[in-house]
Amino acid sequence: MDVQHLTYLFVGLSFALYIGIAIWSRANSTNEFYVAGGKVHPIVNGAATAADWMSAASFLSMAGIIAFEGRDGARYLMGWTGGYVLLALLLAPYLRKFAKYTVPDFVGDRYYSQAARMVAVICVIFISFTYVSGQMRGVGIVFSRLLEVDISSGVIIGMAIVFFYAVMGGMKGITYTQVAQYCVLIFAYLVPAVFISILLTGKVIPQLGLGSTIADGSGMYLLDRLDGLTTELGMHAFTQGNKSTIDMFFITAALMAGTAGLPHVIVRFFTVPKVRDARISAGYALVFIAILYTTAPAVAAFARINIINNVHDLVYLDAPDWFSKWEDSGLIAWIDKNGDGRIQYSGGAALEGVTPRFIESRGLHGERLVANRASSNANELYIDQDIIVLAHPELADLPNWVIALVAAGGLAAALSTAAGLLLVISTSISHDLLKMTLMPGITERQELLFARIAAATAVGIAGLFGIYPPGFVAQVVAFAFGLAAATLFPIIMLGIFYKRMNREGAIAGMSVGLVFTFAYIAWFKFVSPETSNAEHWLLGISPEGIGTLGMILNFLVAFVVSRFTPPPPERVQAMVEHIRVPGKASQGVTT
Amino acid sequence: MNKNDYWRENIRLVLMLLSIWFFVSFGCGILLVDYLDQFRFFGYKLGFWFSQQGSIYIFIILIFVYAWRMNRIDEKYDVHETDEFGDDG
Repeated sequence: MDVQHLTYLFVGLSFALYIGIAIWSRANSTNEFYVAGGKVHPIVNGAATAADWMSAASFLSMAGIIAFEGRDGARYLMGWTGGYVLLALLLAPYLRKFAKYTVPDFVGDRYYSQAARMVAVICVIFISFTYVSGQMRGVGIVFSRLLEVDISSGVIIGMAIVFFYAVMGGMKGITYTQVAQYCVLIFAYLVPAVFISILLTGKVIPQLGLGSTIADGSGMYLLDRLDGLTTELGMHAFTQGNKSTIDMFFITAALMAGTAGLPHVIVRFFTVPKVRDARISAGYALVFIAILYTTAPAVAAFARINIINNVHDLVYLDAPDWFSKWEDSGLIAWIDKNGDGRIQYSGGAALEGVTPRFIESRGLHGERLVANRASSNANELYIDQDIIVLAHPELADLPNWVIALVAAGGLAAALSTAAGLLLVISTSISHDLLKMTLMPGITERQELLFARIAAATAVGIAGLFGIYPPGFVAQVVAFAFGLAAATLFPIIMLGIFYKRMNREGAIAGMSVGLVFTFAYIAWFKFVSPETSNAEHWLLGISPEGIGTLGMILNFLVAFVVSRFTPPPPERVQAMVEHIRVPGKASQGVTT
Repeated sequence: MNKNDYWRENIRLVLMLLSIWFFVSFGCGILLVDYLDQFRFFGYKLGFWFSQQGSIYIFIILIFVYAWRMNRIDEKYDVHETDEFGDDG
């Protein structure tokens, strides 16, 4: 069978599986809808957390970023895993003991303030929508290239599936679907990685392949070969860093604290039965995540070698099928600078401007022409980093079924994350906004109905983002992590570890962190993007890393303000005592 | 049961584990990465290995050590959850 039919088959089978699980695990109460009844086994929760967490960005984009950036890609690897250490040691067990449904629940109760609750709700909704729009781009790419349907129909199909199991099943449906999606996505990620590792290094395990010699009889280490090839072509060596140390430091810290503060990840730890389950569950989650995250650098290095070996100096007319298909999707561009009809791949960006702007006509060799001016270097090849994981199996000539499998895996990653985020948005609206703030009189049945309506609306809006992608998706991802790091993470942590922290301190800290981080990112991303370089950045920190500074400001302001204002009431201090201890002293407290 | 002792022991464990967390990621993976790159670890430069592989493995170990040690501390101070408690949660 050809790639397209196999892709239809694999994607269709996986979708049927998700729907089957959704019907089997329908939610009947708000407790089941919000936290799956609090009865999820820690290993199951670990796998669900991993699928929830690993989005289109982890599955499709991350290896591509590492492939082109080399060592600097480590900020994502460490940032997006190190956050789980913070989550496990500082937040998850205590929030589980607190035993409510949402992050704004904790902020509102701990700081005895509706204003604090509202600021938290706004942060949660903003962060989640930002994130969902990124997933939709992933869904769009997979559908448009591998299923060759147009992006709108692709997004509508994806949304229909998410709608079905998120709206019917709530957290209960999502949890069990995410376990299935984890299995699909990890299998789809590992199979091509293992294949390519065997082809390049003779090692079955990609993590070992990355550290061993290349299988061409030269006895050279793979990474040394890659350093040699990249230097030879005028690029910076693969294992060398390009970013300043301070920027790497701040970005990694912002990603770590942001990960620990992301509401859709935190809420997963409300679903396990006990505090001790929350602790160990974070460990299982990180094991499941690490399987993909330690494979990604291997995939990245293999892909970079394969691109250089298989594409550099290739006669365009002899280029394989996949090359022109990606060119048709607008994600690869070639500009024949020296007019020799061959694809030269070397250092620097091939085109001026961030992405190619294609025009209707074709060039001498049938290539798509672009309106961008050619840059002054010798590089003729533009490759969108998001296609590396999808294109790599074709690039390495793997069997068709592997390529189809990767498509199903990419969709599993995007849909599982989208569902988790949509649930957070719907919970924020039905629970935090309506039940706890605007309409406290509603019954549980009404609240559940509102939760379903909110989930359905959120699915619709996310679908619109997918069909009419706002041009700023990539830029706003910095917002999601920066804001989570600068607002939610410090305020939750202080709420647990600093009993004296009061309402005034928390609101002041959160507001300063929010305004500072928001203003800095908005300035360099939207108001004055042409000055966004190390010369103009505060202390040389890029917008991606500024959340760390926002977090430090949040901590400082909260601490100072709390010293000059009255301590929190007795009952709040007793609540802090209560969540610090897992059992016994607090028996009888139920969700 | 002394709640303050329990909490102090918890904080001590967390601080110890977080210093390892900081050392392997921000230390070996970012601040010292160029220095460590002069040493080899199989086919990896050592700093590169920490930044793209090693730190992640150590993060996993840290969480499991934390979960195991905390359960022991809970039992020592008799504040662990009993099974009856878990069922209604």
